[in-house]
Amino acid sequence: MTKIEVNGRAHELRADPATPLLYVLRNELNLNGAKFGCGMGQCGACTVQLDGKPVFSCVTPLAACAGRKVRTVEGLGSAARPGKLQAAFIEHQAAQCGYCIAGMIVRAQALLDKVPHPTDEQIRRHMEPNLCRCGTHHRILAAIRAAAGEPA
Amino acid sequence: MRLRTLAAAGTAFVAVVLGGLYAWTRPEAIAPAAGPQRPPSPAVLAAGARVVALGDCMVCHTAPDGPAYAGGLGLKTPFGIIYSTNITPDPETGIGRWTSAAFRRALREGVARDGHLLYPAFPYIHYTRMSDEDIELAYAWLMSRPPVRVKQPDNDLAFPLNFRPLLAFWNALYLRPGDGAAPGTGQVERGRYLVDTLGHCASCHSGMNVLGGERSPAFQGGTVDGWHAPALTRLAQGSAPWTRAELADYLQGGLALAHGAAKGPMRPVTERLAGVPRADVEAMAAYLMTIQQPAAAAAVPAAAHTGTPGAALFAAACAGCHAPAAPMMRLGGRPGLDRSSAVLGDDPSNFIQTVLHGIPWERPAPGGAAAAYMPPFADVLSDAQVAELAAWVRSGAGRPAWPGVAAASAKQRKEMQP
Repeated sequence: MTKIEVNGRAHELRADPATPLLYVLRNELNLNGAKFGCGMGQCGACTVQLDGKPVFSCVTPLAACAGRKVRTVEGLGSAARPGKLQAAFIEHQAAQCGYCIAGMIVRAQALLDKVPHPTDEQIRRHMEPNLCRCGTHHRILAAIRAAAGEPA
Repeated sequence: MRLRTLAAAGTAFVAVVLGGLYAWTRPEAIAPAAGPQRPPSPAVLAAGARVVALGDCMVCHTAPDGPAYAGGLGLKTPFGIIYSTNITPDPETGIGRWTSAAFRRALREGVARDGHLLYPAFPYIHYTRMSDEDIELAYAWLMSRPPVRVKQPDNDLAFPLNFRPLLAFWNALYLRPGDGAAPGTGQVERGRYLVDTLGHCASCHSGMNVLGGERSPAFQGGTVDGWHAPALTRLAQGSAPWTRAELADYLQGGLALAHGAAKGPMRPVTERLAGVPRADVEAMAAYLMTIQQPAAAAAVPAAAHTGTPGAALFAAACAGCHAPAAPMMRLGGRPGLDRSSAVLGDDPSNFIQTVLHGIPWERPAPGGAAAAYMPPFADVLSDAQVAELAAWVRSGAGRPAWPGVAAASAKQRKEMQP
């Protein structure tokens, strides 16, 4: 049994400790926000927060999450009541196909939690590991700036 | 009373002696260059660019994301932080007022144009044996670069190390000035010159003694920025011996398919070598093969066991790329971890560094280092888990577990995380 906390709720999981966290979130806990993209920690579609730090959940062993706090895009708000950053992504229509967006939002939130008013350079550097294949990066940056209270 | 007088007299005496030594040892300033130099021919510039690439000047004299050759990289030494200098031809903050004689003296003797002694983080104990011709070529090329006006931070060294005249004693111990003669001919002699003199490989691969001098005999391995620079005399032994061709590939491409990718401080070295003629890296490889020592006793293979915590971590975190059946292995032709130098070595530093920090994504240099990327695991794995993973990967390579991995991981995490 592996004990983890996801979005503030405690879970005891029977899954093999060798299972990547992404599969546990999607298949056991029905949290389908984080996506399987490359499976090699190269695209960021699977990004979640582990103790507040953005990690690639596709290469994060469940064994490494024991006793730790996981936060996914579902923990930031809901479709009915989106969080501030999620609302900014909607307002700026940052999603094209949307596959990368959950990872983008979770990574951006980790920055805003640490640096409430980041510079453009800080945002670009921080977001570098996450790829958007549709090319909506300008809108993603605008949404993050807006959520940080900066001119978009 | 008498004691105090004696003490005062003693202090005054020491001060006078030190002051006298300082005046005696301080070299003369060399008059500034009169004006802009005549632009050299394209042939001279091309040859100069090759010398500067082989000398790896850019690796230290460029700050992260800073303009090329404008300095500002903080070199962490056991004695404090030394910031590399601006070697663009800006007259105020660079070497724009340096004549070729001043440049030659800096490389030969470690003395700046105005006469102050340079710190040996600048590898003049190796450059001193450069040929006069190569020094002229490097000078001509550097002076043709765009000048950048930037004042770099002051060095952060504790007293008395910030008192430069003391370097005269260090130089008496370690500097054997060269005579400017051209290097010997033939491939191995060319390689010796490129490895020992221009490439100054010993600066990292020999390790430092307590005085900051290079350990002797050379190339027995050292530590730089938390990475292990492996011994260069034991490359051809063990279960995955390097061949001459693999060494040349690695030096120029940053990747030897049978041994792994260049990481840490070695990566920018291979990026610079990407631009030199193939004959140069082949000469380096040929010389390196001549300094190989016979194998020591074979390592005792450890029995691999499944079901360990390390095996579970590997399955989730690493197998997607590093398992034998992974696409990167089958289609990309990447080496198995059981052949990786970072896994087979006696020092766990490079394994730990790679696991914690990954290999950052960088645009491959044109014609050079193949793209090598690995995600970082510092925020995923605990130090104990890094140790479990290390034990598992080592057992797969038939090697006993390294001792003290968890403690070393904790130390590296502290040093490298901003």
